[in-house]
Amino acid sequence: MKSFLNSLKEIGRYPSAIAGLVIIGILVLISIYALVTIPYDEAVRLWRGGEDIWYANPKVAPPAWFNFFSRKKQPVTLTLSSERGEAEKTSNIGSGETHDITILYTFDYEYDDFPTEITFFFNNKFNAKQPFVAIRWITPDGRELRVADFGLNARQTYRASQDEKLKRRLGGLAPEVGLFADPNSDPAKPVPLKGTYQIRIEGVVFEPQADINAEFVMQGKLAGWAGTDHQRRDLMIPLLWGTPVALAFGLVASLGTGLLTMFIAAFGVWYAGWVDELIQRITEINLVLPFLSILIMVGTFYSRSIWTILGVTILLSIFTGGIKSYRAIFMQIKETTYIEAARAYGASDMRIIFLYLIPRIIPVLIPGLISGIPSFVFLEASLAVLGLGDPVLPTWGKIINNAFANGALYNGQYYWVLEPAALLMITGFAFAMLGFSLDRIFNPRLRGL
Amino acid sequence: MSAETQALSSGQPLKVKRKAFSNTLTRVAKYTALRLVTLFVTVVIGIYLTILIANMGGYVDEILRGEIRERIAVGVSNNPAFRDYTPEERSKYIDERVALEEERLGLNRPFAVRSFAFLRNALTLNLGRAINMTSDSGSKQVTLIILERLPSTLLLFGIANLALFFSSVFIALSLSRHYGSFWDKVILVLTPTSAAPPWFYGIFLILIFAALLKILPFGGMVDAPPPDNWFDYALSVARHMILPSLALILASIFLSIYNWRTFFLIYSSEDYVEMAKAKGLNARDIERRYILRPTLPTIITSFALLLIGLWTGAIITETVFNWPGLGRTLFRAIGLYDTPVIVGLTIIYAYLLAITVFLLDIIYALVDPRVKVGGSGGGA
Repeated sequence: MKSFLNSLKEIGRYPSAIAGLVIIGILVLISIYALVTIPYDEAVRLWRGGEDIWYANPKVAPPAWFNFFSRKKQPVTLTLSSERGEAEKTSNIGSGETHDITILYTFDYEYDDFPTEITFFFNNKFNAKQPFVAIRWITPDGRELRVADFGLNARQTYRASQDEKLKRRLGGLAPEVGLFADPNSDPAKPVPLKGTYQIRIEGVVFEPQADINAEFVMQGKLAGWAGTDHQRRDLMIPLLWGTPVALAFGLVASLGTGLLTMFIAAFGVWYAGWVDELIQRITEINLVLPFLSILIMVGTFYSRSIWTILGVTILLSIFTGGIKSYRAIFMQIKETTYIEAARAYGASDMRIIFLYLIPRIIPVLIPGLISGIPSFVFLEASLAVLGLGDPVLPTWGKIINNAFANGALYNGQYYWVLEPAALLMITGFAFAMLGFSLDRIFNPRLRGL
Repeated sequence: MSAETQALSSGQPLKVKRKAFSNTLTRVAKYTALRLVTLFVTVVIGIYLTILIANMGGYVDEILRGEIRERIAVGVSNNPAFRDYTPEERSKYIDERVALEEERLGLNRPFAVRSFAFLRNALTLNLGRAINMTSDSGSKQVTLIILERLPSTLLLFGIANLALFFSSVFIALSLSRHYGSFWDKVILVLTPTSAAPPWFYGIFLILIFAALLKILPFGGMVDAPPPDNWFDYALSVARHMILPSLALILASIFLSIYNWRTFFLIYSSEDYVEMAKAKGLNARDIERRYILRPTLPTIITSFALLLIGLWTGAIITETVFNWPGLGRTLFRAIGLYDTPVIVGLTIIYAYLLAITVFLLDIIYALVDPRVKVGGSGGGA
């Protein structure tokens, strides 16, 4: 035990081991943060959510911090809601039951490009008589543009970007461009006019209790810390949640495989005879079975749940080359004199296996367990890339799968692939570096080499 | 061997020698037969398990039955010729057609019986017809489907893996000569990069060379439309091969070099190598006779396993690069529940593996005098 601890102390002498440990520590912190701030049910709800949750995000937008590195500033998504008090709302009680409601949004626009969509979401209260609204757009240079006039249902969405009439009024420019364009710029190559914009929604309601609320959403070209995908989902959710999933899968699979392999090899060697023979034969049969194909078949035919895949992975990984190398080491240990001594004093089989055989193999086991983790982390991602990821859980592999299915690399949406890929790479390398150094620490024969 | 030496020393050379030889022969024959039988049993059990899994223990039959019934029912209800039939007549007609179709596909027999028929067919390499898949030439023969995809897999993985194997062995050999040098340390630092699989490097390569620099294609095997003359065709295939083979090589070269280097280092610190050095043999001879010679069995093993590993291709790398090889065929077959294709690919792999393992046993005995065929075994 003491030498074991001494070996651990030696980690300090290996910079790559320290780097690996630091990265693993950070990943663990990220996992804890993800699990605490976004509970499991919430993560699944957000990840599976459609337009109703993510309507305010643009589709396939890179992260907002891109602006920091580029001279040309891209518009960032903006939402202003009268319900949340982000607009000035005034009511004028008029004659009889009719009264006016005005909602005034004010925002600065200091970007060099145009947004992707402009949308108004109305949430209204009335009994029978539909309210009526007129939307007016006031540019920094004082022009007032008519956006639209229409009657309202209880919940209504007005997508300015898809309004053909507005497009015609703006001289054929797409509304999200035309509304922001500098009138002095070339219409073929419009330039946005920077400054303070105002939007006035003039509503008329015909019942005393009636009310109008509206949310203005300008979907920009950038959004959030991690960007969004084709379903407008914030990639931060799968990136954060992918961390605990990847760590758990890698750790459980590697530990499960490593420990079970070791126990089975130890029992086989100790009891010898038919037990050993059986284990050998199972290993040979397992070598004939195509590992990845079986995993894919299980994923396609039975269940894509990450726990099923995990179980099958462990099951198929036990009886592989690893069991043969453990067996070879156990064979040597079995012949040593202290085992003979233990037998002579009448130690039970279990005592010998657990207290004499297995402890001797720990120096080989621990580096193996750590270095085994990356391959399982990547295995989970690989299956997800093939479209066999867990159906409900957000994972890194599924981001890559979505990105590939939507041609992210062809369309130049590199952030979509690079973010999960970078995390996968960091995780894989961290465990590989640590495992590699541990191997050199625990197996001094390699140290000189 | 020991019997032979004893015989020679005891002064009755010829007769005893012949007896010892025939003894060795029967022992080798016995060992060979035993080995063949165990390997065959292994293959049989492995294939039967694959058949069970690929059929979901018979559930694929249920899916097929459902599909047949639905197809026939839809066909009948859409066909104006059956409009005059009463519902009973129509359902009776549908049942008859379903029964006929199920008999044609052999679905009327229980799965347990069918699974053994599958096993027999698989073992005799009678791969049969695919359920849903067709080859590009339109055939449903599993053999043709496989043969059509084989060349592209062999081409890509053959070239990439051969390059990987030989370059890593030679680089490792030269590194083991200059151990502790700058390049040696570089390889040590780079070894953890092999934790990532080839498709992962593929993504980065596609991003850099196809998306950003636009000098190499994103994927596929040849330009569309394919060039007419063979030279341009070969050139186009070569261009498409660069990124996938680079991905395959990058993903494992550093670990491979490291492993070989450590392996060679262990052998070059043996006493007999020191002795040879002390005798003043030149470095080339030492390397060839004292280091490479004893490591030959290991080199041959990994080379042989590499060759049969080519058979499965790489499902994900082929998918990422859109490479029309066996890996993607297998993946498509699984998606289409096409069990004959899955089993066909697996049985050939199993046979190749068994034959290779068997041949390796013999080759070991040939190249390594320390290995005794038919001995008590013991080690792994």
